[in-house]
Amino acid sequence: MSNLEDLYREIILDHYRSPRNRGELASPPAIRVEGFNPLCGDELVVYLNVEDGTLSDIKITGHGCSISQSSSSLMSAAVKGKSLEQVREIIGTFKQLMTVHESTLAHDGEPAKVDLRAIGELAALQGVVKFPVRIKCATLAWNTLSQGLDQLD
Amino acid sequence: MTSYDPRRVRSDTPLMNRVINGHPITYLDSASSSLPPRAVIEAMSRYYELRHANVHRGVFQTAVEATDAYESAREAIANFIGAPGGSGEIVFTKNATESFNLIAKSWGRANLTPGDVVLITEMEHHANIVPWFQLREVNGIEVRFIPVGDDFRLDLSNIDELMTGVKLLSVTSMSNVLGTINPIKELAEVAHRHGALIAVDAAQSVAHSATDVRDLDVDFVIFSGHKMLGPTGIGVLWTREDILADMPPFLGGGGMIADVRLDGYTPASGPTRFEAGTPPIAEAVGLGAAVRYLEGLGMADVVRHERSLTEDALTRLADGFAGRVRVIGPHDMAARGAVISLDVDGVHPHDIAQVLDQFGVCVRPGHHCAKPLMRRFGLAATARASFGPYSLHSDTDVLIEALGHAVSMFG
Ligand SMILES: Cc1ncc(COP(=O)(O)O)c(C=O)c1O
Repeated sequence: MSNLEDLYREIILDHYRSPRNRGELASPPAIRVEGFNPLCGDELVVYLNVEDGTLSDIKITGHGCSISQSSSSLMSAAVKGKSLEQVREIIGTFKQLMTVHESTLAHDGEPAKVDLRAIGELAALQGVVKFPVRIKCATLAWNTLSQGLDQLD
Repeated sequence: MTSYDPRRVRSDTPLMNRVINGHPITYLDSASSSLPPRAVIEAMSRYYELRHANVHRGVFQTAVEATDAYESAREAIANFIGAPGGSGEIVFTKNATESFNLIAKSWGRANLTPGDVVLITEMEHHANIVPWFQLREVNGIEVRFIPVGDDFRLDLSNIDELMTGVKLLSVTSMSNVLGTINPIKELAEVAHRHGALIAVDAAQSVAHSATDVRDLDVDFVIFSGHKMLGPTGIGVLWTREDILADMPPFLGGGGMIADVRLDGYTPASGPTRFEAGTPPIAEAVGLGAAVRYLEGLGMADVVRHERSLTEDALTRLADGFAGRVRVIGPHDMAARGAVISLDVDGVHPHDIAQVLDQFGVCVRPGHHCAKPLMRRFGLAATARASFGPYSLHSDTDVLIEALGHAVSMFG
């Protein structure tokens, strides 16, 4: 059961039950991007408002499993109000977290390379790497956000 | 005289010895793929150890034996489904999906013209939808759907209207999501009354009830080996000899020809016309063994046992979770098979399957390749449990207990 508790940490269940930044933004002006995970049928829509190089607001709608929903909620909380540069940095750190192979996790469960303090609550998602089929669930929102940022360029 | 005992089937099935996450495996995914008994695995190894050679036209001893083994599997399957024309009506394919593609691309292309209608249902597997859409792209046919009612059964109230212009009615004998068993005999009568043919997707029913194509009075039947205790990589298309004789070849190459010249080719006749290239010989041998094994169990007894399992599971699911677990499929046992799709309030099917896996319980989350049906009921996914001839009431005990954990974990 310990693996399962690694995956479904309390923070994750909390964000699943009460997702942050849920809803829509008027588009335009907001950027609207859709993300799909055809494997499990997860779907979400990310809305982004960008003002003066800052992600001033983010809203997300859609449906999916606890991992995809909590990951999108945690992501929205982590990037809202940040400069685009910081947002890209957080995305990079998160993706690194998801690619750290289980075998490189230290004994206390902390990945060697990612500074967990710097990513706050997002660290709760690190248990996902032990369940490779669920990594796609966790990264859906992040890939969708990346696509949205690409539209800015 | 058979003496079916599910516990014996279980002990015949090596994979049932697996331990998953510290628990004995509770395999509830037979609707996806069933677990082969030792008899099937050994028939395939024996074939490779003693007889393997390419089939047809061989003169040396093992080549003759390999051909005999391949062809005797064809006969076993013809017997199993009561093919009136015998093994000459059994075409080996890769799987049920390829069988449908064969019908659409061979029979469909030759016999359907713009405006002709292929009538399918809202509860079909993608294997019985996409090939018709593909044919529509090249042939301009119309693809029409029989709706599914809120009772999870086909709504046949307008069937005569729906049959207008229909050349082929193609329908599943049992839904892989709902468990609904469709009235194939009645539908065959309707199709023929309207001058249409009927194809039956028997992938879900073939290992869970007796199939008698003559009694059903149908024109095409398709299924997959791996859902009937056989190996993967082999499927079957049965059709009447007269229909088969007029069907143009499907894939081209060796094996399917009578002659090849510099200016063209003449296709072979009979099933081999549709079996281009070296066929899945060991898989056919394995499927032959699976069919003999199923016959040894006695399908009537298997049906009775699986009904008892399903009825018991439906009752316990309805009683055990204070309304949080909803069965997506008929709740009564009339015309219903051993497939139980679940929608659990507040817990995504993926999470259910993940928690259940920790208890060694194998259920399948997802849309089960039936997206139009899922849309019909406003669902993206369900968690599906399904029984096989080796399933026991104790499997349901474990399922219910593990489901309890999933439900309480997500509050
Ligand atoms: C009703 C039905 N038809 C067709 C298929 C396709 O079978 P296969 O994937 O073996 O081609 C399935 C398997 O999921 C099924 O359940």
